[in-house]
Amino acid sequence: MSSNPMHLPRVYGLLAEFERPEELVEAARRAREAGYRRMDAYTPFPIHGLSDALGFGRTKLPLVVLAGGLIGCATALGMQWFSTTIHYPINVGGRPLASWPSFIPITFELTVLFAAVFAVLGMLGMNGLPMPYHPVFNAPRFAFASRDRFFLCIEAKDPLFNERSIRAFFESVGAREVVEVEE
Amino acid sequence: MSRAVQPGRGGPPVIEPGHTYATVTDKISSIVLARRTPLFWVLGFFASFTLTMVLLGAISYLLAKGIGIWGVNQPVGWGFAIINFVWWIGIGHAGTLISAILLLLRQEWRTSINRFAEAMTLFAVACAGLFPLLHMGRPWLAYWLLPYPNTMALWPQWRSPLVWDVFAVSTYASVSLLFWFVGMIPDLATLRDRARRKGFQIFYGMLAMGWRGSALHWYRYETAYLLLAGLATPLVISVHTVVSFDFTIGIIPGWHSTIFPPYFVAGAIYAGFAMVLLLAIPLRAVYGLQDFITMRHLENMAKILLATGLIVGYGYVIEAFMSWYSANPYEGYMIGNRMRGPYAPVYWSLMLCNIVAPQFLWFKRVRTSPPVLFGIAVVVSIGMWLERFVIVVTSLHRDFLPSSWGMYFPTIWDWATFVGTIGLFLALMFLFIRFLPMISIFEMRTLVPEAGPLAMQPIPEHSVAGEEG
Repeated sequence: MSSNPMHLPRVYGLLAEFERPEELVEAARRAREAGYRRMDAYTPFPIHGLSDALGFGRTKLPLVVLAGGLIGCATALGMQWFSTTIHYPINVGGRPLASWPSFIPITFELTVLFAAVFAVLGMLGMNGLPMPYHPVFNAPRFAFASRDRFFLCIEAKDPLFNERSIRAFFESVGAREVVEVEE
Repeated sequence: MSRAVQPGRGGPPVIEPGHTYATVTDKISSIVLARRTPLFWVLGFFASFTLTMVLLGAISYLLAKGIGIWGVNQPVGWGFAIINFVWWIGIGHAGTLISAILLLLRQEWRTSINRFAEAMTLFAVACAGLFPLLHMGRPWLAYWLLPYPNTMALWPQWRSPLVWDVFAVSTYASVSLLFWFVGMIPDLATLRDRARRKGFQIFYGMLAMGWRGSALHWYRYETAYLLLAGLATPLVISVHTVVSFDFTIGIIPGWHSTIFPPYFVAGAIYAGFAMVLLLAIPLRAVYGLQDFITMRHLENMAKILLATGLIVGYGYVIEAFMSWYSANPYEGYMIGNRMRGPYAPVYWSLMLCNIVAPQFLWFKRVRTSPPVLFGIAVVVSIGMWLERFVIVVTSLHRDFLPSSWGMYFPTIWDWATFVGTIGLFLALMFLFIRFLPMISIFEMRTLVPEAGPLAMQPIPEHSVAGEEG
């Protein structure tokens, strides 16, 4: 906080509250058109088209899950093949040691298990969760973001960040209330 | 608009009119955050906890004395433990079917029942998992089932369906837990924000992991949830298939049959939907949730019960037909012994419960009457338990050599363990409905009329986007 001589809390961004999801999506789209880039919306349920309106790219999560599935598949097949042919081969009436058809059920199960674990940990990790503290929770009415209100936050990191012009912008798109969020 | 549910189409609504985001949120979260615990909850939890103590006593005595206290012996080495294992694990399947398969099929009505059906899955799998462990005789050596580096350099037998079962059931339990927990994260954040008491705020705050409803988070969350549903769908079918392999890979008459996997999966869904009805009908009554779990839900579940009941009935008929058509004397004797042997009353009760009882569901008046549906669900649950009894016991007690025939009778400890797991299951369900949201709040918000076409069910509806663009 040495860069802040007056010990005032630094500003994280400006948070606008909307009553309807359509208003939020419209505001997000127009904010992007106006050139704002560092922003995020907070909603009580997933809203169609919102991440596109905010300009977020496609998530890489499916690739993470695919990698998890392949690792699980390789682990299971490799473990069964290694144990039956190299580590502890047992000759049962001359039957093949690498009897792959009977390895399929476990291979399938471990593929699913690894893919599911990667999906959950990948989603949490990319989202930066668990995150016990986040500045937006300082906004007085932010608890309604998990009930029935829709929020749009333009962050102070945005190159075009200017409190007065953003307030004017939020009012022009019909924000119900605009508050400053402290870091 | 391709939303599956519109007013005036497809019968009664999935959510009664007049609800908003706020009323849906407040109604469901107030069940958990209420200061006063309802009296029926205290009484119900006390009763089920008492039965859990019976289970604890039965297990303690088993550990002290060994599985000789059970009725299992030669030739019937698989008694109640396996019957109950298959019964419980089958019940779990309806939860995954509702949460994953109906999600992929865009059945919006699943939304209000998926959460507690998933909880039911978890608790049923927990009860199921106890039985094979206890049946091993030395449950403290259960880790021998898993591949781990050991001084004997030994590995599990990968070619055995019993080892496949270990992997199938433990994967199923883990993925069900992940699916259930991930589905609950946004609702835990809602509870964190609604809770007034410090302790609850910390409890739900820790579980919600700082979820704040960010648009980018929702996008990844939806992707992860959809992928989990896609992974859970083949998984749920594989689990009961592998359970049926425990039987079909053996050469015992009545087990060695290719119809077992599909017939077991259908039976699992049949038993599972009966259990969902058994839980949903009292829950909606005592918590006044008729607005969310509507007649439409009960009717749809009744239809699934009827459909899977017919598949199971087909399985019984084919079993009998094949034992004649195969001209195998042991198979022929097996079915005759089921119908006329010492366990014939069990066989015929099974037919009555599983083939005759669901036929009443053809009538709309039956499907829309909660008490009658509850009664049919009880009968079906008993019927599915009897089915496993018939499969396990009648095939084993008289197989090839008459000199090795015998009878199986459960002891008081078999019954105590079985009844005890019902208590454990109910006790866990009671804790769940008291401390966690039993209906998915955020998904219910997408169903209220004001949400409109922008509200996204966990499957992105591209047709909607196309019309907007």
